[in-house]
Amino acid sequence: MSTFDYAPAPESRAIVSIDSAYGLFINGKFVPGKTHFPAINPATGEKLSKISQASTADVNKAVSSARNAYQKTWSKMPPAERAKYLYRIARILQERAREFAVLETLDNGKPIRESRDVDIPLVAAHFFYHAGWADKLQYAGCGDNPKPHGVVGAIIPWNFPLLMLAWKIAPALATGNTIVLKPAETTSLTALLFAQVCQQAELPAGVVNILTGDGKVGAALVNHPDVDKIAFTGSTDVGKTIARSVAHSGKSLTLELGGKGANIIFEDAAIDEAVEGIVNGIFFNQGHVCCAGSRLLVQEGIHDEVLDKLKRRMSQIRLGDPMDKNTDIGAINSSEQLAKIKELSAAGIREGGESWSPECALPDKGFWFPPTIFTGVTQAHRIAREEIFGPVLSVLTFRTPQEAMEKANNTPFGLSAGIWSEKGSRILWAAKHLQAGVIWANTFNKFDPTSPFGGYKESGWGREGGRHGLGAYFKGGNHD
Amino acid sequence: MTNRIEVLKTYKLYINGQFPRSESGRVYEIKVGKDFIANPAQASRKDLRDAVTAARGAQSGWAGATAYNRGQILYRIAEMLEGRTSQFVEEISLLEKTTTAQAKAQVAQSIDRWVWYAGWADKIATTFGVTNPVAGPYYNFTVPEPMGVVGILAPEKPSLLGLVDCLAPVLVSGNTAILVASHSAPLTAITFAEVLATSDLPAGVCNILTGIKDELAPWMASHMDINAMDISGAAKKNHTALREAGADNLKRIFAFGEKVKTERMISFLEAKTIWHTVGI
Repeated sequence: MSTFDYAPAPESRAIVSIDSAYGLFINGKFVPGKTHFPAINPATGEKLSKISQASTADVNKAVSSARNAYQKTWSKMPPAERAKYLYRIARILQERAREFAVLETLDNGKPIRESRDVDIPLVAAHFFYHAGWADKLQYAGCGDNPKPHGVVGAIIPWNFPLLMLAWKIAPALATGNTIVLKPAETTSLTALLFAQVCQQAELPAGVVNILTGDGKVGAALVNHPDVDKIAFTGSTDVGKTIARSVAHSGKSLTLELGGKGANIIFEDAAIDEAVEGIVNGIFFNQGHVCCAGSRLLVQEGIHDEVLDKLKRRMSQIRLGDPMDKNTDIGAINSSEQLAKIKELSAAGIREGGESWSPECALPDKGFWFPPTIFTGVTQAHRIAREEIFGPVLSVLTFRTPQEAMEKANNTPFGLSAGIWSEKGSRILWAAKHLQAGVIWANTFNKFDPTSPFGGYKESGWGREGGRHGLGAYFKGGNHD
Repeated sequence: MTNRIEVLKTYKLYINGQFPRSESGRVYEIKVGKDFIANPAQASRKDLRDAVTAARGAQSGWAGATAYNRGQILYRIAEMLEGRTSQFVEEISLLEKTTTAQAKAQVAQSIDRWVWYAGWADKIATTFGVTNPVAGPYYNFTVPEPMGVVGILAPEKPSLLGLVDCLAPVLVSGNTAILVASHSAPLTAITFAEVLATSDLPAGVCNILTGIKDELAPWMASHMDINAMDISGAAKKNHTALREAGADNLKRIFAFGEKVKTERMISFLEAKTIWHTVGI
């Protein structure tokens, strides 16, 4: 029987023009850095540009420009006018959405289908949503006249570069703070393009400052005495270090950290839908998702059926050129991350797990890892406990709903969980017992600016998005 | 004719609904002037760990009780406290060197505080929960939930009101607690434990330790099965060290001013957001 094959459907990169080198965005202007590091396309290894490494002096300049903008401009501006700047930014992001999507995919390695349909639309939505809050803050449940912190220092990861930027900048600005943001070292380009959007929107100088560079820049920001609040998204280890660093200073701190989300499939689930949800839960964005459903918990009676269908579905996954509109799984973001995924997968095999991947040709250049599932995994295995942050799923089983809850909660993390069942009362029962900040029932990996996101336990402090997310950007937080 | 000899109380710890001595066998002496008052227990690290085990064991049951039920139990605490007013007035005026009127005022405020928080139990979700209009075919809502096990370092003074101000906002939402009482005025805390023991509060929901706060606080901050802490009653100079130690499991650590606000209650809540598909 003949089958139809996919023809290549590459997105054009002509819409993006990448400069040969980028400066730091301080006080409304691009300032060339003294030293540089390369921006790499992880799908090809191609060098895209040169990025400036910010120095301690640059951090000082950026913080003082943010302080100055806070005192002289941003805190004095009527909230309704502040709102209009955010609306402008949202609209420009929509106008230039394709350009941002292409640049994000080139720099990050994620499939264009995701950057085009998920990341960038959510970015624009996030600014539009928070724009509306700017002159309605007395309704945020944080008192009649909630006060901003002043200068926010934000440090974001490489998995959703522009989206994480939006999650920090939109609420910070809406609540009247100014900001210094450090993108991840491997994904600076869309943040720098965003700086150009701020210029187009004529956002007052110093309200948004973008400093590129390595972890030293982040540490300097965290320890800067004139930064009032730190908002960090990244690993739990770094989150703990930051929590220790600010312990003496009284700086406000919110943390969005790692996870080891349980995706629980009950016997009465709609199996085909659940299989789609499993795939979306772990292979979305190459599994570079803090809230990924990386632990599959399947009720014993349907284990074989679910696994058969999952393997068949995984055989249809298309891995390859992220710029191809048919691609499902793109490149791993960096060689360091690839090494980490390989190391944990090797540990999974060493500890007795059984690894399976569909037949899947990996491109010669760039960083790649095939979609992988591990069966025969116990709760003691490293791959069931540690965040892999890659397209690797650990499969465990359970007999009773109570056992599912115990296994799902048996982790220091508490970010996300999934429930698949056709029975409403069981879903609500499970949702009540799962210790996680975000629970998806009969769906997974959905995000929205109106919906608070964040973790229990070691998955972080505070929420982002929705009414709850605003509290992080006020002195005194969420209270009347 | 001889005067009747008074029967003195042995002031012990309150762990898992029982009144054990410290496993360490230690006590410390409370005197007023030259007069001996009591030998309260000086709790050890092991006592603290036992208290955490009890608090963890009781947590899901307490959180799983209906809000109406939790509200009634908190109100019952107010009732029991009211009936014991004279005993608390005596202990407060003795160890805090207050006038009887001041002691009475403190007890009255403490009772009223329980009544205020009792009324909150079934209004927290209404006030701090929310439905979210996401852009898609999903029903999405956010509910407040307790953080879990909370460690409390109660202030030295006022010994009863300070304890109540820390404890009530933690318990009302379904958290369980380990509270280290005032070192200098520990009698009210243990008498208060007797109130709890007769208030239908399930065993382990609140555990009270007496002893040296500075000795117990670092163990509390570094304990991996405590989710959050109220360090209002710890010496300011120790706050940094406690926050650093608490970072090991990212404890949520708070220090509050004296003003009673919903802040104390909200600080010990997590927000859980639930998505469900909508369709036929």
